[in-house]
Amino acid sequence: MRTIHVTGGRIIDPSQQIDRVGDLWISRGRILPMGEAFEEAEVVIDARGLIVCPGLIDAHVHLREPGNEEDETIATGAEAALAGGVTSVACMPNTIPALDSQGAVEFVVLQAQRARKANVFPVGAVSKGRKGEELAELGQLAEGGAVGFTDDGAPVASASLMRQALEYAKMFDKVIMQHCQVPELTVGGVMNEGFESMKLGLRGMPAAAEDIMVARDIRLAEITGGRLHIQHISTARSVELVREGKRRGVRVTAEACPHHFTLTDEKLRAFDTNFKMNPPLRTWSDVEAVIGGLRDGTIEVLATDHAPHAPEKKMREIDQAPFGIVGLETLLPITIHGLIEPGHLTWPEVIHKLTVAPAQLLGIDKGTLRPGADGDVTIIDPEARWTIDPARFYSKSRNTPYTGWEVRGRAHTVIVGGEVRYTLGGIVQRPGERVAC
Amino acid sequence: MTRPSNDSPAEPTPWGRKHLLGLEDLSKHEIEAILNTADSFVEVSTRSRKKVPTLLGRVVFNLFFENSTRTRTSFSLAAKRLSADTQDFTASASSISKGESFIDTAKNIEAMGADVMVVRHPTPGAPHLLSKHVGASIINAGDGAHEHPTQGLLDMLTIRRAKGRIEGLTVGLVGDISHSRVARSNIWGLTKLGAHVILCGPPTLVPRGMERLGCEVAYHLDNVLPRLDVVNVLRIQFERDQRSVFPSIAEYFRLYGMTQDRIKKGKPDLLLLAPGPINRGVELTPEVADGPHSAILDQVTNGLAVRMAVLYLLSGKSETKGASVEPPALAH
Repeated sequence: MRTIHVTGGRIIDPSQQIDRVGDLWISRGRILPMGEAFEEAEVVIDARGLIVCPGLIDAHVHLREPGNEEDETIATGAEAALAGGVTSVACMPNTIPALDSQGAVEFVVLQAQRARKANVFPVGAVSKGRKGEELAELGQLAEGGAVGFTDDGAPVASASLMRQALEYAKMFDKVIMQHCQVPELTVGGVMNEGFESMKLGLRGMPAAAEDIMVARDIRLAEITGGRLHIQHISTARSVELVREGKRRGVRVTAEACPHHFTLTDEKLRAFDTNFKMNPPLRTWSDVEAVIGGLRDGTIEVLATDHAPHAPEKKMREIDQAPFGIVGLETLLPITIHGLIEPGHLTWPEVIHKLTVAPAQLLGIDKGTLRPGADGDVTIIDPEARWTIDPARFYSKSRNTPYTGWEVRGRAHTVIVGGEVRYTLGGIVQRPGERVAC
Repeated sequence: MTRPSNDSPAEPTPWGRKHLLGLEDLSKHEIEAILNTADSFVEVSTRSRKKVPTLLGRVVFNLFFENSTRTRTSFSLAAKRLSADTQDFTASASSISKGESFIDTAKNIEAMGADVMVVRHPTPGAPHLLSKHVGASIINAGDGAHEHPTQGLLDMLTIRRAKGRIEGLTVGLVGDISHSRVARSNIWGLTKLGAHVILCGPPTLVPRGMERLGCEVAYHLDNVLPRLDVVNVLRIQFERDQRSVFPSIAEYFRLYGMTQDRIKKGKPDLLLLAPGPINRGVELTPEVADGPHSAILDQVTNGLAVRMAVLYLLSGKSETKGASVEPPALAH
């Protein structure tokens, strides 16, 4: 493997509280100590005016393989990750079959190795078949590479099963991630329940459905001492519940998605299914609360909930279309637009939520530029101006609500395991070959 | 009330829209333009020769993905009276049941030369979706619980013809507001034309936030009935909601059923509307439905005129391939 020399960039590594202009060396797949000069590099990347940070980690994506390869594959999803500046993703187990066995998670790991794009960490199912009835074999899932457990998309409705999961997963020190939503309150729901759903005549999903399960699960985490992670938090009350739980010392973390801090349910007025996601877009006061939670650290992780759906499935009547939007390739510009430009968070704070925080959540040895760490580096051009055009996505799917947005900031170069795998010229299909940077 | 005289052709109405998707989007002026045009078509319906050549050569397709008799027949007849060719397409008899997508179905129908598509669909926004994918004019004939603009217009026409005005009247919408597209279209139209709208039903069927549309919300019909100039009795949509929104039909009827006794508590000239189909014995008794206050059959007659007016106004905007588009004019 080559030696890479990244010169003159603004190096931001929240794991070491570093934010300064300097050079970074990567050799034989590892980060070299900063501040020292090394031998000649085969690849020199001029990073003046750019941000150099640990490879970004997205703790919540759907790669659809196995079972829905028409939407995305592990290879195409991992390419979309690279194009978005993301070097590691945690993929959800709602595949067909579900990732509820050691063999299934090992398949994901193997496919990711074959693709040789971004790192892919599978999240195993909490229950067999994601049915919410009996625990899946969490120990064997962990052995196969699962970095956490969730029935994402199908909330664990049974309080008793959720309690067992939180308790049992403690022995592996792994997190239970929960899509918090009381199912019986959201049956047939298409969007947030409120003034907008009333006007449009669409069945609503009340914020209370999320709040109630967040409250329940925080209490269950409290009595079990297990690790609970609230996925894609979307309501003001949920943010407050997590804040209060943390104050009591409960082991609870939370993530927020860019669409939940940039869009509201008013967007459904055009009946465009690219604004249909679960949890749904909420109101401005919820958006403000999510931003408040990101600001004060209540929400420590930024994640996309990248949910690709083929056009023929998504371009339908709104109640027939599936929930979800792609997010990997718009993560950076929408985060800049929603959090950095308005002054809610600084660059180091954003990068913290995309590196060290998700690494801790998933228990993976990533998200840092410490000497000897894996050579995963993202170089960001924070000023690049571009227009979001889903036709140019690497993802197999096009379901984004941000089509046509004039945005700022994108990945410039992405290095995984010491190999340049993405440049402004696109995905490097055979890493290790000489590339123009 | 302004009506075109019988001797001269109707003034060409300024009408810039290609589709009629809902009354929320329309201005007061646009709604009045439709009602005025509809008034002149009511007159056409009283002639012995009821047909005018305005839409000769045009093709109007009824795309119904939900059961309907009244609305579909009314649109068909309206199109025929304007000399258009009409064709019905119903979902059950179609390739939808073979898995074809809604948009593909509509594109196929467009390829047969449809100038206007009258669309009914159980999903809110389905006509809006079509309007982005086909070139024909789209008329929303009811999309889920969202809107049913021609029903709203015919209710307003019926009120205006009976009362001579809409502004200043107090109109009650009673019953299942939640699932009612008729309620939403009535609310948008009536409030724009200056009526005071009272929504009355059990809290499980009146969504919170309706006050923000400029309406008054009441749960007890007997309290508000004496103030009403018009009462529009909405059908309970048993097919749309399986959750228990009220304990029993008997209890519902006791609280909201329109009976002779109740009618007597209202104003002597109380006008009673019902969008139909009505559930006799659930929303109203047969004596009330067939009684002197009832304008239910006028609604049907006016519905035809409203649909003729809408087809007439939109026809100037549809993209007709081939033959040149003549300016639409009423033949007299």
